[in-house]
Amino acid sequence: MNIYKFTIECLQVTIVLETAPAFTLSLELPIASTADVIVLVALFAIARFFTALAGMDIGTAFGGMGSSREMTIASLAEPAMLMAIFTVSLASKSTSLSQMVHVIYSGHSILRPSLAFALFAFILIALAETGRIPVDNPATHLELTMIHEAMILEYSGRHLALIEWANMMKLFLFVMLGAAAFAPWGIAETGDPGAISMAFLFMMMKLSIVGAVLVLIETGLAKMRIFRLTEFLGSAFLLATLGMLSFFILE
Amino acid sequence: MDINIAAQLNSFLAAFVLLTAFGMLVQRRMYGLVHLFAWQGLFLSVNTAVVGFVAGKHHLYISSLLTLTLKVILLPYILHVLIRRLKVHKEVEVVVNIPMTMLIGIALVIFSYYLMSPVTQLSTLVTRSTLAVALATVMIGLLMMITRKHAVTQIIGFLAMENGLFFAATSATYGMPLVVELGVAIDVLIAAFIFGIFFFHIHTTFDSLDVDQMERLKED
Amino acid sequence: MTFTPIEIISSAVLLLFLTILIAPLLRGRQRLLINASFTMASAASLLGLIGGVWVVAGGLTSRIILPVGLPDLPFHLRVDPLAGFFITVISLLSFFVSLYSIGYVKGYIGRRPVTSLAVFYCLFLSGMLMVVLADDALFFLISWEVMAAASYFLVMFEDERIENRRAALLYLVVAHVGAIAILLSFGIMAGLTTGFESFSGYTFDAMRQAEVPLKWSTAAFLLALFGFAAKAGVVPLHVWLPEAHPVAPSNVSALMSGVMLKTAIYGIVRVSFDLLGTFPWWCGAIVLILGLISAVMGVLYALMQHDLKRLLAYHSVENIGIILIGIGLSMVFVSFNMPLLAALGLIAGLYHTMNHAVFKGLLFMGAGAVLHATNERNMEEMGGLIHRMPWTAALFLIGCVSISALPPFNGFVSEWLTFQAFLLSPALPSPLLKLLIPMGAALLALTGALAAACFVKAFGVTFLGQWRGHNMPRVHEADWFMRFGMILGALSCLLLGILPALFIDWMDIIPQQLIGTKTGASSGAYGWLWLTPVARERASYSGMIVFGGILLVVVAAYIILHVKPGTIRRVPVWDCGFGKLNPRMQYNATSFSMPIRRIFGFLFNIRERVQLTPRAIHKAFPKRLYYYLRVRDRFWSWLYKPIVEFSLFLSRYAGRLQQGRIQAYLIYSFITIIVLLVFSR
Repeated sequence: MNIYKFTIECLQVTIVLETAPAFTLSLELPIASTADVIVLVALFAIARFFTALAGMDIGTAFGGMGSSREMTIASLAEPAMLMAIFTVSLASKSTSLSQMVHVIYSGHSILRPSLAFALFAFILIALAETGRIPVDNPATHLELTMIHEAMILEYSGRHLALIEWANMMKLFLFVMLGAAAFAPWGIAETGDPGAISMAFLFMMMKLSIVGAVLVLIETGLAKMRIFRLTEFLGSAFLLATLGMLSFFILE
Repeated sequence: MDINIAAQLNSFLAAFVLLTAFGMLVQRRMYGLVHLFAWQGLFLSVNTAVVGFVAGKHHLYISSLLTLTLKVILLPYILHVLIRRLKVHKEVEVVVNIPMTMLIGIALVIFSYYLMSPVTQLSTLVTRSTLAVALATVMIGLLMMITRKHAVTQIIGFLAMENGLFFAATSATYGMPLVVELGVAIDVLIAAFIFGIFFFHIHTTFDSLDVDQMERLKED
Repeated sequence: MTFTPIEIISSAVLLLFLTILIAPLLRGRQRLLINASFTMASAASLLGLIGGVWVVAGGLTSRIILPVGLPDLPFHLRVDPLAGFFITVISLLSFFVSLYSIGYVKGYIGRRPVTSLAVFYCLFLSGMLMVVLADDALFFLISWEVMAAASYFLVMFEDERIENRRAALLYLVVAHVGAIAILLSFGIMAGLTTGFESFSGYTFDAMRQAEVPLKWSTAAFLLALFGFAAKAGVVPLHVWLPEAHPVAPSNVSALMSGVMLKTAIYGIVRVSFDLLGTFPWWCGAIVLILGLISAVMGVLYALMQHDLKRLLAYHSVENIGIILIGIGLSMVFVSFNMPLLAALGLIAGLYHTMNHAVFKGLLFMGAGAVLHATNERNMEEMGGLIHRMPWTAALFLIGCVSISALPPFNGFVSEWLTFQAFLLSPALPSPLLKLLIPMGAALLALTGALAAACFVKAFGVTFLGQWRGHNMPRVHEADWFMRFGMILGALSCLLLGILPALFIDWMDIIPQQLIGTKTGASSGAYGWLWLTPVARERASYSGMIVFGGILLVVVAAYIILHVKPGTIRRVPVWDCGFGKLNPRMQYNATSFSMPIRRIFGFLFNIRERVQLTPRAIHKAFPKRLYYYLRVRDRFWSWLYKPIVEFSLFLSRYAGRLQQGRIQAYLIYSFITIIVLLVFSR
């Protein structure tokens, strides 16, 4: 059966995400103005696009099911994501990540309801986009509950490794994006090696904190029914919108 | 605590009041609803104290305490008892689906901001910007009464509306006179008791607390 | 000897007319006819392209007055950068499509004569060019009608099928209802310039200079908007579009979707920014709202389709919506006197106009190649075509990525610019707009994500997996002419995506002339590599670097995967241990869109029926399963059915006038004359 021909090519694109982590470490990298947050989100989208195509290529019911669900969830998460970006960019008057970090880092007010809302929304979106509980269960192989796993069910060996790696990178990037935008403490403001290595230490610390929180979430919650997700992602959209509204109303 | 931080605290609490209002709008579980209501009361009470501090009005401390005892402890307790006695802690039936309700809620917030923006420009109080939030809370309470079928959720919606009004009073004029507030507090308490008694009666008569049953009272 | 750009463009139109004259002479030799006429059409397009690019680059304005037409009402022709931009868009795509057609139309040889296709194709092209060239209401409307009529005949080309005739009729009706509105709008503007005294107000120059009262200009704008919206397929006037575009030959569908709709966009921009100049802010808001509704509804309807060309046609509705969002934002900013942001919105809209032309053309060409090879439009029967048609698949994929607004291709750039315009809306003074416009950005994000879902479906079901139909036909790859047309399209998608600063710098003269400010979005300050609308601190994007990064990663991954050749094994699918898989069990277009159909189901008119024929043993093991699904446009029953019924009702009454006796008719004329005489006394 020669049906895997295309996927090899499209899988490679799924690890495009590798280019992005540089953004989250330092403010002064020359590459930082290549892409703003909207471009970063679009990079996630391109990875998802090709993973979903990989799911369609295997020509089974499971692959298509995974792709279909993944794209549905993504399209519901997208407006919420944009609203969250919008809210943060209202405060920083920019969509460039380094500029956002800069403004929030040097911001005078800590108690900003808009940012708090945006953070909550971002957490919900990140859970959905990275396929964690309660949206998707990364550990399951139960037929009806798979989303991401269903897409990659037929892959093995290097390809599987590549996909899994890309998926973990996605999680890592979401964590770093959140950490950079909402808790930028410790990020390197200059490009010199000392500052960068300090920033690296801070990054490890933040990562372990988020990892612990993720464990708590995953042990405390159960996976949702797929059609409950409209409510879950609707809440994310609601939170992000409330953030935007409270920026205008309260700040 | 300088006045700037107090103002920020005030708007932060206002945001949380709004959040709990939305939370109640979309919460399906009965106990969750009661807990959210208690949280809203807590935010309201803290906010009242903060405003009292900013404005230097000491009677607001009293109404803050009053809110705390009444809306955070007493009323939620009564509702808890009610729910347990009547065994109605199942999921709440909603009339309109939840994402739709959220969108209507957002529209209401925008609408109240639009309504209140001239007032906000006239006022000079530190708390003026929270007026729109207060109005929105009232409207969301009403929306909740419309979108829910169950009698207990309707009373919670009603109480949430009252919270909104109280919030409006604090932010628009630094609170009503103490006498009025005491009166309102006692009214709310009595209302809650009466509701409770009625619920028992409705429950024994119809064997349900679904307000759709009320349609049977209509004469043909 | 020197040429002015307008002479070059006019000679392109003349070349097309020449082709129309020559084509019938060659009807005996169909192959030669195809080669000659489409080669000439592409030459004409190339001429138009040169002229258009030149006009915009130089910021030139030139005009010609032709001494033809009615007495005292000569035709005025004029190109300015706005017209030049649209001529560029039209010629660019028609160049690609004409090359493609040389290969594609040959598929009809032996099945039906293609003389009429060649003739109307050239007439259609010249009609579109003339619409943009026109500088007076009369010539504009004549060209508009030429374009509409030519495309009507093209839709009717395969007229033996009833659905084609029905679609063409619907198209003709909607086009003419729209044309009436445009006529009335021009009537208002022309009349007011001279106070309804003489006909001299029919030129666009006179309209530009006239001081029209706000009430009248609003009326003129709304009429024009209605007319152009009917042509552009804006929801709720879109119903003709998904009927007419798919049934036309694919090269014509590419042109209709890619550029004919853009003439309506041209009309809206021309009337609102140029001829009227002033309008109340809510006009912009109406355009914005129509754009948002079209974008979301268009993509949702597209998701429900399983006919490849119909799906693409609904995506045109979506993309017209996105273009209108940019233009609507620009209009709102203009009326609040914020020229810089208005320029950004306009550039976003126009850039998307160009992008959509290119990628939609490419996609329709790809769909045409599939249709050519398989004789199948229904995606449910397709699958696995990538093995038989690797070129088409790769080029179609580029189109899919572009239209899904994914970097580094062009669709993303214009959507990114639109988002930037949205993100700047908090600068508006009105509190209500400030809160409501960001909601539009959320809807746009939803649209983009749904479009991605839709094209995963379109590409995945058509090209990936295995053939779903019962017996696979002999599928062949597209020939080199078709491939070449598509390659050019894909290449321009990429170039427009990675070098946006160059192109935006080129077209920055348009907002300069219409609004008075450049966007400064691009090259000047930070070089051609960076696209920086407003300011570098605000936002920046470098398509080139993103493209480079992606390329690097892909190459790296390829090397990692293929470091040791022969280590990749291909084995039968596992499928959680279920062994008896057959190609009919793959996810298909209907099942792919099921979650979205369920979530957004309230927007459609859905009828779903499942019937099980039980087997004797137990009803859990059915013998046969019958599934019926019909998804309909709600607008049809909401809007069109009542209108149709009402007009039938009216015509029944009017029918009573028909007596069949000559005396009765004479009495009608007599009464009319008497009444007219009384009124005009």
